[in-house]
Amino acid sequence: MSATAQASRPDQAVARAAARMTGTGLLDALHAEWTKLRTISGPAWLLLGVVALTTGLSVAAVGATHCPAGPQCAVDPTKLSLTGIQFGQAVVAILAVLTICNEYSTGMIRVTLAAMPRRELVFAAKAIVVTGLVLVAGALAAGGSLLAGHLILPGHGFTAARGFHAVSLSYGPTLRAAVGSVLYLGLIALLSLGIAAMIRDSAVSIGVALGVLYLFPIILAFVTSTTWQHRLERWTPTVAGLNIEATTGLRSLPISPWGGLGVLAIWAGVALLTGGSVLRFRDA
Amino acid sequence: MTTDALSRPRTGTGAGADAGRGGFGWLLRSEWTKFRTVRGWVVGMVVAAILTVFVGLFAAGNATSNCSNSPNGPTLTGKACLPYIPHGPGGEVVNDSFNFAHQPLTGNGSITVRVISLTGEHANITNGHGAEVGAGPNLVPGLAPWSKAGIIIKQSLHQGSAYAAMMVTGGNGVRMQYNYTGDTAGLPGKVSAAEPRWLRLTRSGDTVTGYDSTDGTHWTQVGAVTLTGLPATVQAGLFATSPTYTVTNTSFGGDSNNGGPSQATGVFDDLAASGTPAGGKWADVAVGGGGPVGGGPGGDGSAGNGPAGNGPSGFTEAGSTYTLTGSGDIAPATPGPGSNYPTATIEQSLAGAFIGLIAIVVVAAMFVTAEYRRGLIRTTLAATPRRGAVLAAKAAVAGGAAFVIGLVASTVAIAVGVQLETSNGQVVLPVSALTEIRVVAGTAAMLAVAAVFAVALGAVLRRSAAAITIAIVTVVLPFLLTALNVFPSGVGDWLLRLTPAAGLAIEQSIPNYPQVISVINPAAGYYPLPPLAGFAVLCAWAAAGLALAFHVLRRRDA
Repeated sequence: MSATAQASRPDQAVARAAARMTGTGLLDALHAEWTKLRTISGPAWLLLGVVALTTGLSVAAVGATHCPAGPQCAVDPTKLSLTGIQFGQAVVAILAVLTICNEYSTGMIRVTLAAMPRRELVFAAKAIVVTGLVLVAGALAAGGSLLAGHLILPGHGFTAARGFHAVSLSYGPTLRAAVGSVLYLGLIALLSLGIAAMIRDSAVSIGVALGVLYLFPIILAFVTSTTWQHRLERWTPTVAGLNIEATTGLRSLPISPWGGLGVLAIWAGVALLTGGSVLRFRDA
Repeated sequence: MTTDALSRPRTGTGAGADAGRGGFGWLLRSEWTKFRTVRGWVVGMVVAAILTVFVGLFAAGNATSNCSNSPNGPTLTGKACLPYIPHGPGGEVVNDSFNFAHQPLTGNGSITVRVISLTGEHANITNGHGAEVGAGPNLVPGLAPWSKAGIIIKQSLHQGSAYAAMMVTGGNGVRMQYNYTGDTAGLPGKVSAAEPRWLRLTRSGDTVTGYDSTDGTHWTQVGAVTLTGLPATVQAGLFATSPTYTVTNTSFGGDSNNGGPSQATGVFDDLAASGTPAGGKWADVAVGGGGPVGGGPGGDGSAGNGPAGNGPSGFTEAGSTYTLTGSGDIAPATPGPGSNYPTATIEQSLAGAFIGLIAIVVVAAMFVTAEYRRGLIRTTLAATPRRGAVLAAKAAVAGGAAFVIGLVASTVAIAVGVQLETSNGQVVLPVSALTEIRVVAGTAAMLAVAAVFAVALGAVLRRSAAAITIAIVTVVLPFLLTALNVFPSGVGDWLLRLTPAAGLAIEQSIPNYPQVISVINPAAGYYPLPPLAGFAVLCAWAAAGLALAFHVLRRRDA
């Protein structure tokens, strides 16, 4: 770990990077992050986990829900089909946390930052690569979940004749729910990246990230004060964000679908900014 | 290297020599020293306690009642909603509202009747809006599974007094029920004119015996119960009642419950009673406002609740045929929807236990994995070559610390939380001191065993991220996702039976009464397994984890 030997090479890299355009620097960083993620097996398994767990839980939920003859079936078929997102988001958070924290636990972060001294660029590249991968996995997961709903739900009593819309992307609100759910997972990844950059330790980061995802809905389940219910429904990341999945009863939603996703985006943005600042201004 | 490392610490450093000399006590002490001197872990444990208390009290403090289920109407809030709260002979809070056509019964005697029909109506809840009690409800035909009508022998007309009853139900056949919590099954099947049911209750001293029959000649004893301190003169007669009809819409982050009243109508004939005054008339009273929905005479005056409507009383007598309509329930009050009162449980203040669980699991797993990451494990194992003892000491220290932290947190959360719930106008369902101790100490024990499980995972997996992910996914997520209604109820029930998350059942203070419909959901205070069985499942997981860790630790190079 001789500082002089290591410092000289990154200096050249800095000089080279500085000589080029900024965009090339980001491309280099992207390439580096992509290589790092591509060449270890953990992220691939976790991404597979996102798709498998999300689709699996959605299939279980859809398969276990019936609407027997009778007047009461207050079920949103699209939202039901996307049940698995609430499980998949945990895996997304773990994946995002590990991309940052593994570098700290192995000491790789010092190499990374020596090679790429513009830390915000490294952070941006990580965020782009991880979010991109999560969006792809999320699209597969949401697609699989909706396909399950499309195939199974009509046979369980959720028919057009009884006023249920088909779970199909040609139906506007369902398309919004599908696209929104994929974006939701992407934002969860960004939120978790920000938390990981603030905390650095993988274990604590996973604990905190999962706490942020699930704490507020649990409080909501226990609190019966309507004032607090309303506040929690409107301003907490997961509860507000998941309004994007709603396709029925839109008028009684606590916050509009895109508004709810916006709330999650604000949380993710604040976490990213804080995490980025910590990365920028604290010694690695 | 290995022999060198193995020999030197034993005779060299003081701690190592002490460990060799002092045995397990010194090992415990060295592990405790490691634990308490890492600031992050101590902070983590304290944060676990603070979060548990804070989240729990936040939930308890904001659990206000909105009176939507209260018989006193939805315009009041807080304590003003509360009607008279009857307590049963066993001390539990009960619902006791029914329509009662009664006569005094002095000394020993019996009452026999044939039930030829049980029908019902409930609030029409289709569009997510519940009908309001007493506001001209819009009823549609339909019988609740626990709508009931039959004969009852009751200590007095006061709500909460002792009773024994034989009844036909909407979906659970003939039952004998007594003193609110007791429930014994009799003949199965629905009652109809083609398949009537004869019911009989006989009183002999303090003992009331229930019989049922399909033909009025061949009788089967369903049960005999002792109602301690039954006075010489009791009230006997026909009753009908039907519990609140509730539709639960589940969604991420809690359910919305739409409820409305329901009523049941029983048709009886062949009524015979002995021990009652000669030529006595059957007098109708709606105990606890349990007459027909939107009508009927008010309560008996002592109860002081229930809308004293001026509609029909719900009792008609035509020749030898009696028709009786009532609404309400004769059953223990339970948490969650369906109760007449805004009920709360003591364990609602433990809503934060899961976040404390996350923090404790993180610290416990790191207690092992940090040694692997820093290479300290080689020193530890060199100093104490008995690897099983090292693992046991680590598990004992992490579990002990989690127990103490959990005990402090759950004691504070319940002590303060129950006060908050009460001052918010909630009826905190009383439990015995033994149950309260089981809930408080059990929560601490649950956290301790979860910590041991995390230690075992850490020793097997060696990587903190992997150990913590698996610990959280198996211990916390099944509870969370079931409480949040993410899973369909069948899936959630099985997860809470099979995964380590079953251990959270130790928090449940009110038993699952089969005769009261309730949604099995941790947020409402229900777990699919009994408390100790659920805790045993968690212990089994921890034991299996420890066994695997013990095996792996001895067979693998550190």
